[in-house]
Amino acid sequence: MSLSRRTLLAVGLGGASLAAPRIALAQAGAGRVVIIGGGFGGASAARFARDHFQQLDVTLIERSRSFTTCPYGNLVLAGRRDMASITFGYERLAARGVRVVHQSAAAIDPAAKQVRLGDGAVVPYDRLIVSPGIDLRWGAIEGYDEAASARMPHGWMPSLQPISLLRAQLEAMPDGGVFVMAIPDNPFRCPPGPYERISMVADYFKRAKPRSKILALDAKGGFSKQPLFQDAWQELYPGMIDWRGVSNDGRVTRVNAGGMEVETEFGEKIRGAVINIIPPQMAGRIARDAGLANQSGWCPVKPVSFESTQVPDIHVLGDAAIAAPMPKSGFAASSQAKQAIACIAASLAGRPLPPAVYFNTCYSHVAEDYGISVVGVFRGTAERMIEVEGSGGISPRNATLTPERRVEHRRLEAHYADGWYDSITDEMFG
Amino acid sequence: MIPRTLLTLSLLLGVPAWAQAPDANLLAGACAGCHGVSGQGGHGIPSIRQTQNIVEFISAMQAFGANRREATVMGRISRGYSEAEIAALARFYARAQ
Repeated sequence: MSLSRRTLLAVGLGGASLAAPRIALAQAGAGRVVIIGGGFGGASAARFARDHFQQLDVTLIERSRSFTTCPYGNLVLAGRRDMASITFGYERLAARGVRVVHQSAAAIDPAAKQVRLGDGAVVPYDRLIVSPGIDLRWGAIEGYDEAASARMPHGWMPSLQPISLLRAQLEAMPDGGVFVMAIPDNPFRCPPGPYERISMVADYFKRAKPRSKILALDAKGGFSKQPLFQDAWQELYPGMIDWRGVSNDGRVTRVNAGGMEVETEFGEKIRGAVINIIPPQMAGRIARDAGLANQSGWCPVKPVSFESTQVPDIHVLGDAAIAAPMPKSGFAASSQAKQAIACIAASLAGRPLPPAVYFNTCYSHVAEDYGISVVGVFRGTAERMIEVEGSGGISPRNATLTPERRVEHRRLEAHYADGWYDSITDEMFG
Repeated sequence: MIPRTLLTLSLLLGVPAWAQAPDANLLAGACAGCHGVSGQGGHGIPSIRQTQNIVEFISAMQAFGANRREATVMGRISRGYSEAEIAALARFYARAQ
């Protein structure tokens, strides 16, 4: 179903009449929806559009032919999953009628309403969805650039660096080594992710390298699901994990990749056998280049539709968008995608926008059979995004559960996490 | 997507924007994240399609919300939705039988 360069050029020069199949144009509310980025936001948007809005002509621009998820990368790190089990292709989306174009998006021209691809072809749109994920802020931590990340992996952007690199370093590490992590301040991709990573590395060490230690240096004073993680660390990995918050000199400001050493704000130098730097982040390049980001590096959007507040007819989804209190998570991106598509369909048909209700659940594995979660239901109004009072929140703490119920609750949440992963990836790629 | 009469009614009554008629397709999109695109469940996650009728669906969601039915995440989830939204979801999954 993918178009050749020649066809796309013809579409670009020929204008709207050639762009969409005649059948689509004949329908009310028809229009060309172009999606940049085939991750949780983009792939979910494409699928939802095909399932519910046949009048929309959908093109997905994604450089890569496969997508490796960030979720469950930490289980690869622990040796509980392999890379193949978290990697997906776009064939099924194409079979559902999405025009999948494996090219990079070089530039967006909002005035002409078109996207220029890496090979020079031009794709016109009526509404554009930009779901580019994140870029890493190289140099925000002094000395941490792309070259340094080969020695001190980030493991935070599967498209840039497979999690298997960090896994290989952990496997090569002698028992008794110290695994050092640097964790950024908010906002960043996947708020509970670093702490799931601590847990899953501990799970691996406990089985394979029990004398090893984990030192987590955090630029924040607190973190997502903190009481649940810390209860579990004490219960499952006593004495193995040392988490230092910002008030305890936890912020890493400099690295020396050659010397395998990090330096904190107040000048303490710490060596590690394996070092994982999760650097500060910003919206993906294409979004910043198109003027979608503000001075924070992230993209402000209207809470009702995820349309950019800075450029009309472009919706920004997922990690790149400013959606707080919604977290930067895959599930959140998928929820935003459905709302954005419904809003696009409504606006093309001249109908009022649907009410904006968003949903997120983030599961984290603390051990293979020990899962915890945070849930949120959100509503977008013209002014702001709000979390519904009295709903959502984290799993109950140990102290509030009977011992039997506690074991069952954690086991079930680990199991449901696997179910969530199967369901949401099946929706995108199945 | 929203019947015109309902929309007019909500405008006349001056109810807040999010109180306009719920969009069941969108609401069910949240359920799909775990329960699957058509609510089929799997991997230990219950099928929503097994909920045979509207009354059963609504009373299950109410029981979750009031902590009268044991759950991991469903209590925290159901408290985020209005009665009208839960009713819309109940009709949606009843139709999907």
